[in-house]
Amino acid sequence: MLLRHTTEKIEERSALTINPAKTCQPVGAMYAALGIHSCLPHSHGSQGCCSYHRSALTRHFKDPIMATTSSFTEGASVFGGQANLLESINNIFSIYNPDVIAVHTTCLSEVIGDDLKQIIAKAVTEGKIPTGKRVIHTNTPSFKGSHVTGFSNMTTSMVQYFSEKGKERKKQVNIIPGFVEPSDMAEVKRLVAEMGVKGIMFPDTAGVTNSPMTGKFNMFPDGGALVSDIVSAGDSFLTLALGRTASMSAAKLLDTKCKVPCEILDLPIGVRGTDAFINSLRMAAGVNVPESITFERGQAVDVITDMHQYFYGKKVGLVGDPDQLVSLTQFLTDLDMKVLYVVTGTPAGPKFERKIKEFAGENTIVKYGPGADLFAFHQLIKNDKPDLIFGNTYAKYIARDEDIPMLRIGFPIYDRVGHQYFPIVGYRGALRLLERMLNAILDRQDRDAPEERFELVM
Amino acid sequence: MFEGKIPEAVEVKEAILKKYPAKLARKRSKQILVNKVDENGVVPEIMANTRTTPGILTMRGCAYAGCKGVVLGPTRDILQITHGPIGCGFYSWLTRRNQTRPKTPGDTNYMPYALSTDMQEDEIIFGGEKKLKKAIEEAIAIFHPKAIGIFSTCPVGLIGDDVHAVAREMELKYPDVNIFGFSCEGYKGVSQSAGHHIANNKVFTDVVGQLEKGKEGKFRLNILGEYNIGGDAFEIERIMDATGFTLHSTFSGNSEYDEFASAQMVDLNVVMCHRSINYLAEMMETKYGIPWFKVNFVGAEATAKSLRKMAAYFGDKDLIERVENFIVEEMKEVEKVRLEIEGKCKGKLAMLFVGGSRAHHYQELFREIGMETISAGYEFAHRDDYEGRRVKGSITVDADTRNIEEITVEKDPVNYRERKTAEERAMLKKQGIELSEYHGMMSEMKDNTLIIDDLNHYEAEVLIEKYKPDVFCAGIKEKYVMQKSGIPLKQLHSYDYSGPYAGFKGAMNFYREIDRLVNTKVFSLTKAPWQESPELAGSYVWNE
Repeated sequence: MLLRHTTEKIEERSALTINPAKTCQPVGAMYAALGIHSCLPHSHGSQGCCSYHRSALTRHFKDPIMATTSSFTEGASVFGGQANLLESINNIFSIYNPDVIAVHTTCLSEVIGDDLKQIIAKAVTEGKIPTGKRVIHTNTPSFKGSHVTGFSNMTTSMVQYFSEKGKERKKQVNIIPGFVEPSDMAEVKRLVAEMGVKGIMFPDTAGVTNSPMTGKFNMFPDGGALVSDIVSAGDSFLTLALGRTASMSAAKLLDTKCKVPCEILDLPIGVRGTDAFINSLRMAAGVNVPESITFERGQAVDVITDMHQYFYGKKVGLVGDPDQLVSLTQFLTDLDMKVLYVVTGTPAGPKFERKIKEFAGENTIVKYGPGADLFAFHQLIKNDKPDLIFGNTYAKYIARDEDIPMLRIGFPIYDRVGHQYFPIVGYRGALRLLERMLNAILDRQDRDAPEERFELVM
Repeated sequence: MFEGKIPEAVEVKEAILKKYPAKLARKRSKQILVNKVDENGVVPEIMANTRTTPGILTMRGCAYAGCKGVVLGPTRDILQITHGPIGCGFYSWLTRRNQTRPKTPGDTNYMPYALSTDMQEDEIIFGGEKKLKKAIEEAIAIFHPKAIGIFSTCPVGLIGDDVHAVAREMELKYPDVNIFGFSCEGYKGVSQSAGHHIANNKVFTDVVGQLEKGKEGKFRLNILGEYNIGGDAFEIERIMDATGFTLHSTFSGNSEYDEFASAQMVDLNVVMCHRSINYLAEMMETKYGIPWFKVNFVGAEATAKSLRKMAAYFGDKDLIERVENFIVEEMKEVEKVRLEIEGKCKGKLAMLFVGGSRAHHYQELFREIGMETISAGYEFAHRDDYEGRRVKGSITVDADTRNIEEITVEKDPVNYRERKTAEERAMLKKQGIELSEYHGMMSEMKDNTLIIDDLNHYEAEVLIEKYKPDVFCAGIKEKYVMQKSGIPLKQLHSYDYSGPYAGFKGAMNFYREIDRLVNTKVFSLTKAPWQESPELAGSYVWNE
């Protein structure tokens, strides 16, 4: 047993987190910043943060993740990091020449109390920012929120710094995709285009963190939201925010700052999650849903009806990020699966819990925020063993010890590829989830079946 | 493979410096050197262990990573609690691939656990000591550990939490548990290196010497600075067992607390990674009288040489004979594989930018298969790792290093034992066994190779453009940058999830791995046919 010290008996813990089901805000901010075209994320703190975040994102995407750091030493920690940031800005534009530097703070610079707005203003006055180039920032103290809220904060800062309300409303919809994979962002864009709607998506990491092999390294790949598009997001007639935790804040700011109304939707994962998204888009844009999309939907539903027996009554445990968990719970419940546990380290709030229970029923155990960790998740599993678990790579230690099939969803996934390239959003994403679940469930049935009950046709 | 003339190192250096702002160019010009070894083995002076310039895409990490991640991380039964916000504990959780093998299936193994106080805003404002104490209590209730290490992250030092006071207080409450804290805040020093030193200090003062009884055996030694990435320590253990050395403890691959705590019982310390653990070797010599010398188990020849040195140190005839026989046996297979692979790799170029000793050690393996290291450098080493310990006295201690505690160590009145008399030491020297010595990387590299300290992304891009190496060795952050450019990258931190590469079996693994990388056809898939020959010369015309 790898997790041999995890006990079945659950003792109350109030101070110790064991095997976290979240990580810190800056990594989310770094990921979001990669979703701006020609942007170099910059970590304002000691260089270990930047190194850890780049490593984590690189292992997850298996793609280059470029970001710089203010490289604080003890001196900077005492006297403040202004000099480090000014020097960084100067060096970054001279050596790497991005269009945008997106700075996020760390616990170190937050505790010192560096005022990023003031430092950036000083960089402007001192002429350290070349014409046409931009430096933006967001606050991501690691002692608040999680990687998901960090993503949300950087996305909100994009609105803060870039979006402007012009003279007229444009026939375009803003899509804030949430902390999802580049493949998911590409799929949402495809659906929007298929609907005949002009969409502006930010952040957009499609093509950035799943870039092709070309024989030439490109520090700023072709993908990413253009600054001009984020500017014009202030003129859109609607924002669709996908996922409360990661996307609501930016959408609300677009509303207050640029008077762009917004709808907060769940992530379009599963049939009904995608239905809600497509329907909102249809109503808002006044367009008909093309037959091609209804066809895709029909295929997903077809697999559900064909294979229902394998889903029915199966017990599931979920650990991951709140926005994914909400939509997944709805999807799995729709398949007649029983969602036993839903755990996230992100402080997702009582609304999150209510929503999960609304979908899965009052008996589902929901844990969120500090203390809601993989250790707690594992203890729940030891007390009532599910048939399938969903989680990031770290959940595989539980899956192995308890001998439960597992689906990798969320961040980070260090040990498999696929998430970068194949979406789980939309109807095609639903189809893929169904296929992966069936593979896991049926492989297990094949493995465990007595010889006389080993089935040829399933 | 490079075609034509390999460029002059000095030209490459100039090309690198050209793009930098003046101040940065001045600094980097002292950290980028054209190697030249004189007849006494003296090499030019390099600037190292200085702060990384802000805004530079660096490979470096922080003191916390060096302390918790590198030195203490590989130990399986010291319960490690990160005091701070969640990130640091999360990122250092299992990511370094330190393998461990508890002696029985039920034995303590905390490696798959990440423990953190997950500090929230309230604790930042009002202090986190209370939460830390509570966390320690909860941890003891669940895990019943022998020892607990507390690792400080950046905010801890700034808000003034005293992890050492907490450790002392909790130890009074739980006298059976050895509790100690590390002030390894990420901003300390200029890289992981500060964290190594901090870890060495605490392990020395609070762990080594706590137990009086060690392992029984005739030729007892510790291996310092071997972290069992990819199972390296397992291979070294195999060799130790087969040759009859008693490996008392490894700091810290595949290790246990008790082995550390009684490590003063041995008669020899051998040092693998000089950078991360030379402090402990020195302190143990001063306090307990245990001599140390440098070894290298990376490379078959280097392993054989190290084993011979160790056997000669103990001077036992049977031991020396066993070692010789073992080497002969092992080398039979190694040589077969080596010859086969040398034929496919000879003359190819390698570059190594990693760590504080790996950039040196791994050159051995490349040499064995006829490959040349054209450029190399460390991520976080000091001048002595480049130029040799002879320069230790002349290293300037700047403000960033002065903050790292230097412990004053004295002879232990009871447990100091002279292992070798002055006469014996002189004899050893005659045999070529230099105690407390390390000659560094540069003296073993050829003239006109390019040595670069704290290499950054931009410089790496210039290097591959100019030299077109066949393989580039670095870490995960560099891996896909290089591979997108068509250059295979071998990770020498994580070994790309393979290994072991130490010892005789490891050498064969590495030869094969390099053969795979430098002779692969996969990069030939990069261009599509229509990119290779875009001209349209088809005979079928659609619009006719």
